[in-house]
Amino acid sequence: MKVLQFDPALCVGARECERVCALTWFKEQDREKSAIRIEEEGGGYTMIACTQCGECIDVCPTQAIRRDKRGIVRIDKKLCVGCLSCVGFCPYLAMFFHPDYVEPFKCVSCGKCVEVCPSGALEIADVPDAPLTETEKRLQEQRARAEA
Amino acid sequence: MNKKSIEKMKAAHKVLAEYRYEPAKVERGYAGRTLYVNVGDNAIAARPVDERMKRTFTGGRGFDLWLLWQAVNEGTKWDSPENEVVISTGPLGGTTTYPGAGKSIAVAISPLTGIVIDSNVGGYFGPLLKFAGWDAIEVQGIADEEVIVYVDGDEGLVRIIATPEEAIDSYRLPEQILALFAGDSPEEKCAVSSVTSGPGAQYVLMGCLNFSFYDVRRGFPRLKQAGRGGIGTVLRHKRVKALVVKRSGVRGDSNAPADWERIGRAGTKMHKEIHDQDPIMFDMRGDGTSHLTKIMNDYDILPVHNFQYGTHPGAQAIYHTEFRKYFDVGIPDGCWYGCTLACAKCVERFEPRTGPFAGQTVPVDGPEYETVAGIGANCGIWDPHAILEANFYCDAYGIDTISFGTALAFAMECYEAGVLNEERTGGLELHFGNADAMLELLHQMGRGEGFGLVAGQGIRRMKKRFAEEYGADPAFLQDIGMECKGLEYSEYVTKESLAQQGGYGMANKGPQHDEAWLIFMDAVNNQIPTFEDKAEALHYFPMWRTWFGLNGLCKLPWNDVEPADNKTAYPPEEAAKVPEHVRNYVDLFVGVTGREDVREPADLIRMSEKVYNFQRVFNLKMGQGTREHDAIPYRSMGPVTVAEYESRADRYDRQLRELVGYDPEGQTTEEKMAALRAYREEQYEKLLDAVYERRGWTRDGIPTLETLRTLEIDFPDVVELVQSRMVG
Repeated sequence: MKVLQFDPALCVGARECERVCALTWFKEQDREKSAIRIEEEGGGYTMIACTQCGECIDVCPTQAIRRDKRGIVRIDKKLCVGCLSCVGFCPYLAMFFHPDYVEPFKCVSCGKCVEVCPSGALEIADVPDAPLTETEKRLQEQRARAEA
Repeated sequence: MNKKSIEKMKAAHKVLAEYRYEPAKVERGYAGRTLYVNVGDNAIAARPVDERMKRTFTGGRGFDLWLLWQAVNEGTKWDSPENEVVISTGPLGGTTTYPGAGKSIAVAISPLTGIVIDSNVGGYFGPLLKFAGWDAIEVQGIADEEVIVYVDGDEGLVRIIATPEEAIDSYRLPEQILALFAGDSPEEKCAVSSVTSGPGAQYVLMGCLNFSFYDVRRGFPRLKQAGRGGIGTVLRHKRVKALVVKRSGVRGDSNAPADWERIGRAGTKMHKEIHDQDPIMFDMRGDGTSHLTKIMNDYDILPVHNFQYGTHPGAQAIYHTEFRKYFDVGIPDGCWYGCTLACAKCVERFEPRTGPFAGQTVPVDGPEYETVAGIGANCGIWDPHAILEANFYCDAYGIDTISFGTALAFAMECYEAGVLNEERTGGLELHFGNADAMLELLHQMGRGEGFGLVAGQGIRRMKKRFAEEYGADPAFLQDIGMECKGLEYSEYVTKESLAQQGGYGMANKGPQHDEAWLIFMDAVNNQIPTFEDKAEALHYFPMWRTWFGLNGLCKLPWNDVEPADNKTAYPPEEAAKVPEHVRNYVDLFVGVTGREDVREPADLIRMSEKVYNFQRVFNLKMGQGTREHDAIPYRSMGPVTVAEYESRADRYDRQLRELVGYDPEGQTTEEKMAALRAYREEQYEKLLDAVYERRGWTRDGIPTLETLRTLEIDFPDVVELVQSRMVG
């Protein structure tokens, strides 16, 4: 699956990634609306962004969060009831809430930030698929039963 | 369930009444009107909710009580046509963002107590009802034939439908309702919720209501129960098979909060706290409330053999570790969207060994602690499978697991004591521990047969019957019959906690722990040693807990999980209030309602005081509500039998010496028991005095006129009623 990767040694804190992310998805230059966040830490920088681990899939009460064919975890806004459980339960704090919106938002590995990073600190890498979540196992079983 | 049978059910439907309305837009937590349905004369009407109603009664239980107050009179009995089942969530109910914000409260004049019963419950019904345009529904009258009341918030339609073909039990009926009223997709099924009871509720007085919520992953409707006080019995007496609501398109802002950011921030903070704290605290997400059995057993407060004892070596067999083997976890178990505490555990595939569904694979919702303790420990049944089976059939038959467990424990002690025998029970050997007899008794309730009919009347009526018909000693029955006001006790041993004795005894509806749970503060941690301390706790906590029921909230996310620094940041008596969570609730209330006059926790308590005192006066209206009705059985205060005393002889002897000033040396157990009893009964009376004074009540337990005025509930009929009782 395609996952955004970060190299702290290369990051210079330009935050171009945050700017372009908010602009791409919300048409605004507001860091609070970016699905990637660069934080200062110990004299350098760290990144907060979705790892596509899928833990939020098992937390969503309506199954609004699912993995697409590319392995990217996505939120179906039509199904989302705005409970924000996924925001509190993301192990990487990479599911975000903004008061302008009822639904949360996250990185979908679109790669826009990679294109604008001035120091090459970001890349979209192909990593091994995450293990199936409980929800995905159930869906798989349901499909198998339906086919049988 | 096949299509043909659903078609047959549909074909038999007959619309008896129809009412069309423009679905209201919810504003700041309120739909602004309530729905009145009379299944007797098929009247359907909308009633306005004005600003005064909101300010005085807030919502939820407050709205329920106000509507019921106007519907009934002093002579109304539970089976009178004018008695109602009233259901409301509350202004915060339907909030998806904060855990535990989808509760409903149901009220009625109770078959068991003759006064108001209020019972809180999860499931989607209350929130969907509000989003369909109604802050509450009141169902009055008695139908001529079996009906379903259907509220369609998508179409703006209310119907009373004659429904002769549908099942009555709450195993099959909720599924049939989805097939009849919902579409095929999971989202469409989530948009429909039902309130059902069951066949047992027709025969016993302890009938419960089942509120449904569709589980998208498991693919079937789940159930939560408004268990206490026999509201299911009232619903079935009205020949109502189900109340059904449909409302599609729930969103994060369906409750139209005044300040989305404020509740969004409070909610995400709380989700994170549950994520971090729950695994290292109570693991509610893993075990639900079933984890409590071990704690209660460890602290000698798990009811064993009809509350005689507080601990038992067999209890390990019914700990959460045993039920975990049955639970399917790892997916959402909230009974409303956004409840990440997720205590609603489920056994997806269970095979009952007895009864009409024996051999089939059925789901079981639960068991919760109360069920494990009541049907398990209290009856000496250390068998998880039998407890699960009883849990399933109680829900399916529409029977309250708490009243069932406590009433059965009483019957078992009567059997052991020779008050009952095989002849009197129709062949049931009601020894403690007899799981087969327990299940057969339950099936008898479901069929309306045999000794099930007797036990199903509850402890108060059993006591009368056993004394009158079998010549049993009424004083002994009074001592061991764990009921107060006619309601069976929930499952905690209170002998060593005077404050909790009062918490049960003074609870408006009867001895249920949702008003006060003070055992740890009082008996374990000794944080409220004086009468003043206990009175303050018995003011604050019942008012605080009442507040949840006014607002559509669950109490569990308040103190079944705590911020990491709760115990270090505050002194113990403050930590017990979980101050950070209390502030969350201020944020939540103001964030939803936009009320600028609400700023601090005391403002929340004030809301509850109005409703709590109104309910106390309501009890007065129904001929109770005074000191004599707060009397409790001695089993809840101290040892009734020699065996009980001697099982804790060191403790009691020490108390006699240190507290009573009585030297137990050389005294018989009976003499020591009498001395201890005199002391404890006196303590209880002193407690009542202290609490009544703190609450602004007379020595007879009636709110004073000054209290009513201060709380602005001095309506003319309230004042007239209170004055007449004070004079009398």
